[in-house]
Amino acid sequence: MFKDQIGKQSNKVKNVVERGAVKKFAEAIGDLHPIYFDEDAGRLSRYKNNIAPPTFPRVFDYGVIEGLNLPNKGLIHGEQTFHYVRPLFVEEEIYCYSIVKKYFEKKGKFGEMGFLVLESYGEEETGSTIFSSTSTIVISEAVRKVLTR
Amino acid sequence: MSTVAKLQVGEIVKEIQLDPVSRLDLIKYAGASGDFNPIHTIDDEAEKAGLPGIIAHGMWTMGNLAKLFTEYYEDGFIQDYSIRFKGMVFLNDVITFKATLKEKLEDKLFFTVKAVNQHGNDVLKGEVVFHQYR
Repeated sequence: MFKDQIGKQSNKVKNVVERGAVKKFAEAIGDLHPIYFDEDAGRLSRYKNNIAPPTFPRVFDYGVIEGLNLPNKGLIHGEQTFHYVRPLFVEEEIYCYSIVKKYFEKKGKFGEMGFLVLESYGEEETGSTIFSSTSTIVISEAVRKVLTR
Repeated sequence: MSTVAKLQVGEIVKEIQLDPVSRLDLIKYAGASGDFNPIHTIDDEAEKAGLPGIIAHGMWTMGNLAKLFTEYYEDGFIQDYSIRFKGMVFLNDVITFKATLKEKLEDKLFFTVKAVNQHGNDVLKGEVVFHQYR
């Protein structure tokens, strides 16, 4: 049922790596290292700037993929990857979007499970990639039935 | 020589054990990440979803694990971070993070990483490729 969504892409959304958001995020994962929030630590580092934790892209807005209706309940996060060209700098602007990469179904413990792979990108204004990520979302048969009703 | 470059293949970088998972940990992560799926914070919603209780966001655990590498920020950065979520993390679980250096290849260090609960079960498993600056 998600097969026809493969290849669909969201509109690009401008995101800012907000200083306060980075600090709150670092705190929430118990990684309150000065490189993430202390301006002196950032300035004196090789980056001449504060950076953000590698899983910070979780907070970005990746835009809307027209026609992709995912339920807000009953999804299982199966796998997650991040690939970085360089770390994210605090206060920089990043253009983010997602693509439906794959969809397949496989028999599992809980019936026929659906696997949806979303690929997301963060780019500089010039279009060069800063990071990419993939999320594999597992959708159970029970949840898919509700969706098609 | 930087600390990360001194690591030998097969060596465990470090282990971090967290305090028992609390509801406040997950409420904080929900707020900081914007993931307000109620199975992570509200008992009734977790039960309605067929769970014995609220479970941690997979990304909370993945985010926590990455701090094994934070102190090496002057030596390089995490170029690739891949995780498979293997098991659920419940309230009061005690999670331990481990990273082991598997291979060194030019400017890249390949680590296997995992998070283990108090019963010795893996809750997530994966790989970190650390790119070292020359």
